[in-house]
Formats: sequence, structure tokens, C-alpha cells
Amino acid sequence: MAILTRDEARDIMQKVINLSKADHCEVNLQGSKGGNIRYARNTVTTSGEDQNTSLSIESAFGKKTGTASINEFDDESLEKVVRRSEELAQLAPENPEYLEPLGPQEYKDSKTYFESTGQISPDYRARAAENSIKPSIDNGLISAGFLEDEADFSAIMNSNGLFAYNQSTEVEFSVTVRTRDGRGSGWVSRDYNDVDLLDTATASDIAIQKSEGSAEAVALEPGKYTVILEPDASVGLLGNMFFRMGARTADEGRSFLSKQGGGTRLGEKMFDERVTVYSDPFHQTVPTAPFTGSGQPVDKTMWIENGVVKNLSYSRFWAKEKGVEPLPGPVNAIMEGGTKSTAELVASTARGILVTRTWYIRTVDPQSLLLTGLTRDGTFYIEDGEIKHAVKNFRFNESPVIMLNNIEELGKPVRCSGNMIPPMKIRDFTFSSLSDAV
Amino acid sequence: MKRKDFLKIAGIGMGGMMIPLIGTRVEAFSSLTGMSVSEKKELADIALNTAKMAGASYADIRIGRYLNQFIITREQQVQNAVNTESFGVGVRVIANGTWGFASTNNVTKEGIAEAARQAVMIAKANGSIQSEPVQLAPVDSHGEVSWKTPIKKNAFEVPISEKVDFLLEVNNAAMQNGASFVGSNLFLVNEQKYFASTEGSYIDQDVHRIWPTFNVSLVDRESGTFESIQSLSSPMGMGYEYLDGNESEKAKGIVTRYGHSYDMIEDAAQLAEKGTEKLSAKSVEPGQYDLVLDPSHLWLTIHENVGHPLELDRVLGYEANYAGTSFATLDKWESGDFEYGSDIVNLYADKVQQGSLGHVGYDDEGVQTKRWDLVKDGILVNYQAIRDQAHIINEDESHGCCYADSWNSVQFQRMPNVSLAPGKDKLSVDEMIKDVENGIYVVGDGSYSIDQQRYNFQFGGQLFYEIKNGEITGMLRDVAYQSNTQEFWNSCSAICDESDFRLGGSFFDGKGQPGQSSAVSHGSSTTRFDGINVINTARRI
Repeated sequence: MAILTRDEARDIMQKVINLSKADHCEVNLQGSKGGNIRYARNTVTTSGEDQNTSLSIESAFGKKTGTASINEFDDESLEKVVRRSEELAQLAPENPEYLEPLGPQEYKDSKTYFESTGQISPDYRARAAENSIKPSIDNGLISAGFLEDEADFSAIMNSNGLFAYNQSTEVEFSVTVRTRDGRGSGWVSRDYNDVDLLDTATASDIAIQKSEGSAEAVALEPGKYTVILEPDASVGLLGNMFFRMGARTADEGRSFLSKQGGGTRLGEKMFDERVTVYSDPFHQTVPTAPFTGSGQPVDKTMWIENGVVKNLSYSRFWAKEKGVEPLPGPVNAIMEGGTKSTAELVASTARGILVTRTWYIRTVDPQSLLLTGLTRDGTFYIEDGEIKHAVKNFRFNESPVIMLNNIEELGKPVRCSGNMIPPMKIRDFTFSSLSDAV
Repeated sequence: MKRKDFLKIAGIGMGGMMIPLIGTRVEAFSSLTGMSVSEKKELADIALNTAKMAGASYADIRIGRYLNQFIITREQQVQNAVNTESFGVGVRVIANGTWGFASTNNVTKEGIAEAARQAVMIAKANGSIQSEPVQLAPVDSHGEVSWKTPIKKNAFEVPISEKVDFLLEVNNAAMQNGASFVGSNLFLVNEQKYFASTEGSYIDQDVHRIWPTFNVSLVDRESGTFESIQSLSSPMGMGYEYLDGNESEKAKGIVTRYGHSYDMIEDAAQLAEKGTEKLSAKSVEPGQYDLVLDPSHLWLTIHENVGHPLELDRVLGYEANYAGTSFATLDKWESGDFEYGSDIVNLYADKVQQGSLGHVGYDDEGVQTKRWDLVKDGILVNYQAIRDQAHIINEDESHGCCYADSWNSVQFQRMPNVSLAPGKDKLSVDEMIKDVENGIYVVGDGSYSIDQQRYNFQFGGQLFYEIKNGEITGMLRDVAYQSNTQEFWNSCSAICDESDFRLGGSFFDGKGQPGQSSAVSHGSSTTRFDGINVINTARRI
């Protein structure tokens, strides 16, 4: 029951629409089925499976709306959920920002579902974990990791004739390997739509190497350094910027994209000309559903091109207020780069610091997008193109806006938490203090 | 974090905060009174018996109905009113010395039996890579018992229109007092949980929590600057009576702060005014300062650098892959002389404090709750442990701090309330400030970040006041402080008395993989820390 086909979903939703007496209504139907395994201290700790399906309906009388949901699908339950939402709509205050649902839309297919991932079993998960645990034991190290897989579907139908349906799968894997004395730690993370691309043994080997290599860390003075940020180290910093490109807050004067004296920085060159970032639900490596929660089609959208802010996202309401076309926010972030691997960037660095992972990133100042956080699980000093030794972890205080103006070189983008991010060499990256944490 | 599992709160007010969307959206809580206790017991016995028949040496079941209500407004309009309701069961078993878990929303005899068999199958599949068989501390068999949060007014029974009108009045107060924008929210939680285990307990609990909060923004378009300030409310384990705004629960001063009763309209007006003042406040000069930290700020520091590092699962490495480990290793505890803080520092854990978020009668593995010491006279004396960890610290009973955020999440060790005991001698906030030569008084929690072993941290706040020679001389901006946990608590030089003791807390504290959220309170009185490194956070882009 958890995963319905397009036709099964359409039948249920059409039945719901037929029951509606409201001016407009919009129905969302979704379901998921998945499992996970967690391990630590070289042994499995918790593991489980879960599935669920639910339907929600938003009914509107004029600008008064109400929403109700249910996870039972017999005729009586469907009638009940429709009437509940209509009763609530009649009682609700008017929402001046409400817009009636969209009419029928055209969607291109996005290849987000892979049967391989949908068929993962408890035994597969146990073997995946063993691929970290066994080599860690063999090397006298300690592993802690997690694998989670899910298959799901989402469908939207409304009273204006819109229907959208998508199935997707995802698997995420990460492992931390630590030395027994607690002085070294390495980490690796992978995520895919297709589990056939996942190799937990090879990935775990990277964490093992970093763990052993980081055990003799040397303390360096905090200050400004040239850094090579692996994609997993920069994705959190960049995500804090890429996913805050909304027009409304910028227009309201409370965004890093607000302009002194009023207006926004749309069209301004805010970054190094090598910075180009777009989103694309049809990207082969990081595909997503090609529509938003209200059924707006999503297509490839350029956000930053050659350092210039090309677009801000507009909700349907804000677009109407401003007399522009609505533009949904990014569904993923795809940053262009060069051709070099992280290792090749290291080889071309006279002096710098290689960062594996960043942690506990928080906004300090939303105006400048100043962020703070720490390095973790593999931080190394580079001299004359070689990794010389591990260094103690740092706290950083840096803005991604400043960072993307200090680019030395960009490498080849790789998938990272559903985004495509290049390894990057950045000058004058601000480390503000040392951390004793390993 | 998977985007689809979270509901994004609209507006800059919550700073893009994501709150967990547990359950599905429904119009009305038809299920405030659900299945009878006898029906639950019958289903529970089916799960326990099925698990044992399938080879489990231990089993527990949680039948849960989780109700949430979120009302989200900005300026003069309601952006969203969301009711969620989620009902289902989670079955946890031990087979071959290994944990297994399965959940289902098919709450029938057949559905529950199937989940029990699935949990046992998963445990057996993992048995081959298990090297530390589970060892459970003994627990009392409680028989059939019940517990309920001692609320005076059930917030779910207050009409939506009344709550909406109230929030719009809050927004109006902010706008009338100079705010450029305001967003206010009300979060309500009701967990109806039935727990049963093969140890012979059948526990029915009804848990309530509430969090009213708002954010005011002040924008100066000419200079291109803005400030955002969060409300000084605390999430509480209370009913709607928290919003009564009783005068007796107000701590008056340069900023009015609140105890077990919150005046949200008054707070909106005062913070809009304070925000205007902050826009043109002096930018802090970096350096060493004595910090006077209000409980509305200090709760978060306690949470991050006492609560988390003393979770025994972190200490042992169970959270190494995500949240991290801890500097407070077992050898430091075993030494009996590890100076976590100065000798006036007494930190304790509890699940029994009235009005707190952690307050319950029994935890999610059927252990009766209690209070215990973590740091006594500055020395590390204990951790937070559940049934499968107690033997590691030579204890023969769990501390009762096991929790799952939903029926479909597996329960594990979660932070109880962790609080700083008030000073034993009489001391008011004014008296504390009078002794400070060069300091900063910090009110409200702000940006927070700490490393994965809980040494190095950086915290901001909401309002900062410069203290010179015992007097508050004006407001500051761009303030954050950095320190190391042990150095910080050893610099603690004074703690106000019990009359200043107030709670702060987190409604959505994240931990685990897959991630779960829990709610936890931290109490303290205003406290002084000497010679802390303050940085200036202003930048130009």
C-alpha cells in the first residue's frame, strides 16, 4: 500500500476531487517505504523498517482555506476528510496571500526512481555495515556508521485539472572511523538515487585512511589560510547561501541580497566570475521531482552566472505583487567547476589546509551571511603540493559571499547531499580559534 | 536532513528553521480521546507474545498518538494553521542479543503481530555482526499505571480563532512599537503514549508542551542594515495557562524576563523598542569581559556544553558518526576529581521538574523518572544513562531518560532536563552587576555552535548591555563569545539565588540517525563568568 502507481494514485485523488463542494481544492497524496541500519563501536546498534501513506486536502471558499489529512482510504474516510477540510475553511479567516490552484501543467520526466534501491533488504544493510566494521577491526580502528534507504511517491491533483506524479528512491551512507586512542578520526559520506552506485567498502577505506592519517595533529595558530575545501566541507556553507535567494526578504530589506537605499542586488556581480550555480531537477547525477508541492513545474534555473546574481525566487503571491513571473526556489544546487580532483588541487598548492568536513554551521549575522562552524574528521597541512601532517581542528568565522570572492581554483564537481559541488581552493579563509576536538 | 520530512516555517523570523513534520495534517483533533486503555493492553499483549514466540528475549511496544498544532502568522495575517495527527505502533525487541525495531500504522491485531515478527527478523539479520550483546539493567514492574502533564488549560481545546486573534495582537504590539516586520508562532504538542514491555509494565501517559514565539525585524533601508530579535519566551511543559502573563512571574530590570507565565504582548512591544535601539547601538570592542548571563541565554550554553557531553552514548562512541563524542571521557569521571567547573557549580539532571519540557512520569522504556547529580561542587560525578548503558557506569538502574519522538522512531538515550543549581547565598541580578567592572550582560539566546567533542564553542545572544564599573552604560551589538567548556565553567564566579531561577529550553533538539527531535528544559539563575573572550561579528560584503 505504501507505494501507489500513477493510476492507483490518480483514482484515489479523482474520487476525492469528485466529493468536493468547495470553490477550489488541492489534494496531495504521498507514501514511503524504507529502512536503516546504524552501527558504532564496530557493532550494529539499531536497525529498523518503516512505511506510511497519507492524503491531505486543502479546500478553499474564496480566500478562506482549510486543510485535513487522513491515512485510511475507504470511501467513508475519503468523504470524511473532504468535509473536515471544508468545515475548517468556512471557519478560517481570509488569507490575503491565497491564490487559486494552478490549471493543468506539462511535466518532463525526471529519472528519480531506481528499483535497485527500492529492493534493499535487511541483509543488504547488514553487509553494507560489515564493509566498514570488518576492515576497521582488521586495522585496529573503531567504526560508527549509518545507512538509510527509502522509496517514495508523491502526487498532486487539484480542482482546476492539474495532476502530477513522481516516484523516487534515495540511499545515504556515512561512516566515521576513529583510532582506538581517540586521537585520529576520518569520515566519508555518499548519497545516490541508485544504490548500485554505492560501494561502502571503498568509501569506508577513505575514512580508515583519514583516521590513521589524522592521529598526530599539530596545532597551528588561528588566522587567515588558503584552504582546500572538499565538497562535503563546503556544501553546508554554500547551502546557507544558495537556499536563501528569495526575492521577498531581499525586497523587504532583510537579506544579504538587499541593497542599501532599497531594492535588491539582482543583476549585480557579487562573486568571482568563475562562480556559476544553477538548479536542475533533470540533472543525471542529482535528479529530483520536476514539480513543487503545489504542482508548479520546475525547470533548470540559473541563480548565479559568472559571478552575477541572475535570479531570485518568487512565490506566486510575491510575483503577483511585483508584476513578475513566479519562480520556485532551487530544488538542488549545481555549482560549475573545473576538471581537477581534490588531490590535484592539493598538488598545486604551496601552503594550505585541506578540510574534509565542516560541522555545526550556524548563521552569526544574516546581513553579511557570516557563518561559524568547525572543521572535523580530517584536517591536514599542505606544503609544496603535499600533505605534510594533520592539524588540530579550527573554528571558522566566514561568509560564503566573501569566500566566493576569494577563489584560487575550482575542481571537478561531485554529488554531495543531493547537490553538485566542486572541491575548491580559497584564499584568506578565516579560522578564528583552535578546537581540541578530534 | 531530508527536505521532505520537514515543514519549513515561512518568513525570516524563524531563520529558515525547519521543524519536524511528524504525522499528517488534519483539520480537527477527532482523537483527543482515542482507543481505550483495555484495547491498548490487548494489542500490546499480542505484540509481546508474538515477539517472544518468534524468539525475542525482551520486547516492548509503544502505541502512540501524536498531535501537533502549529499556527504561523506575520504582521496582520495568518500564514498557516497546521494540525498534524499521527497514530501507530513501534515494537522493539532483543533477539540473539541484538536490538530490532519495526513500526506500522496498521494498528490492528494482524498489523501489530506482523511488526513484532519483522522486528525479530531484523534483530536476527544483524545478529551476525553483533559483538556487544545487549545487557539491560533491571527495572521495576509497574503494572497498569498512568501519568499526565499537570496542565491547567488544554491548549488544544482553546479555539483556533482565539489563538489566531492573540497572535495578531502580539504582532500589532510589535508593529505599533517600531518593528518593520514581525512573525509570531504557536507550537503545541500532545503525546498520548501507551507503553508495555515483557517486564510487566503497562503505562499510559498524556504529555503536553507549548511554545509561543515571535521574531521582530527592524530595517533601516537608508543604511542598508537590519536587526532581528527573538522573543524571550521559553517552550514549556505546560498548557495554555503559560500565556496568562502573571505579574508574579516577571523578572523586572532593564529588560523584562519571564518565568512560568509569559506576557507575549508586552514582550513584543519591548523587543520592538529594544530592536530599534540595537540598530544604532555601539559595535562591541573585542576583548576579555566578565559576562553576566541571564537564564534566557544560559540555558542554551548549559544544553550544549553540559547536557550533550554528559550523554553516555556520546561518551562511549555511539554517536560518533553524527553528533560526535565527548571530552568528558570515562577516565575523567573515574578519577573522581575532574574539575568540570568552579566549586560553586552544581549541575543536575531530572525528568521531574514541574513545567519543564522533560517532565514525564516514566520514560519510553518504562523506567520511573527521577533527579540525579551530574557535577557536584564542580566535580564530574555522573552521566545520563538508560537501561542498556547503566552497567557501564556500575549502576544497577537506568536514569529514566529514554525517548522516541514518534511511534515510528526507535527509543534511545535523550537528554533529560539539565540545570544549574541556584547560588546558596542571597544574590540579586542588580547586586551581581554592581560588582562587575568591565562586562557584558547578555539576555536571550542567539547563534550557537560547538565542536563534536564539546570543547570549543561560540555563542551569540539577543540583547547585549555594556557594564562599566558596576553600571549598565548602554546597548552593544555584534557580540559573540568564544571559550572552552572546562575553562568556561571554571571561570564561574557567582550565581544568583533561587528567586531568580527560571527555565529555558529547546523544543526541537536533534540527535541520532535517522534524526529525532526531543524537547528539553534547562534551568538556572543569572550567572557570572569572568574573563571570557568576546569577538566582534560585524562584516561588510
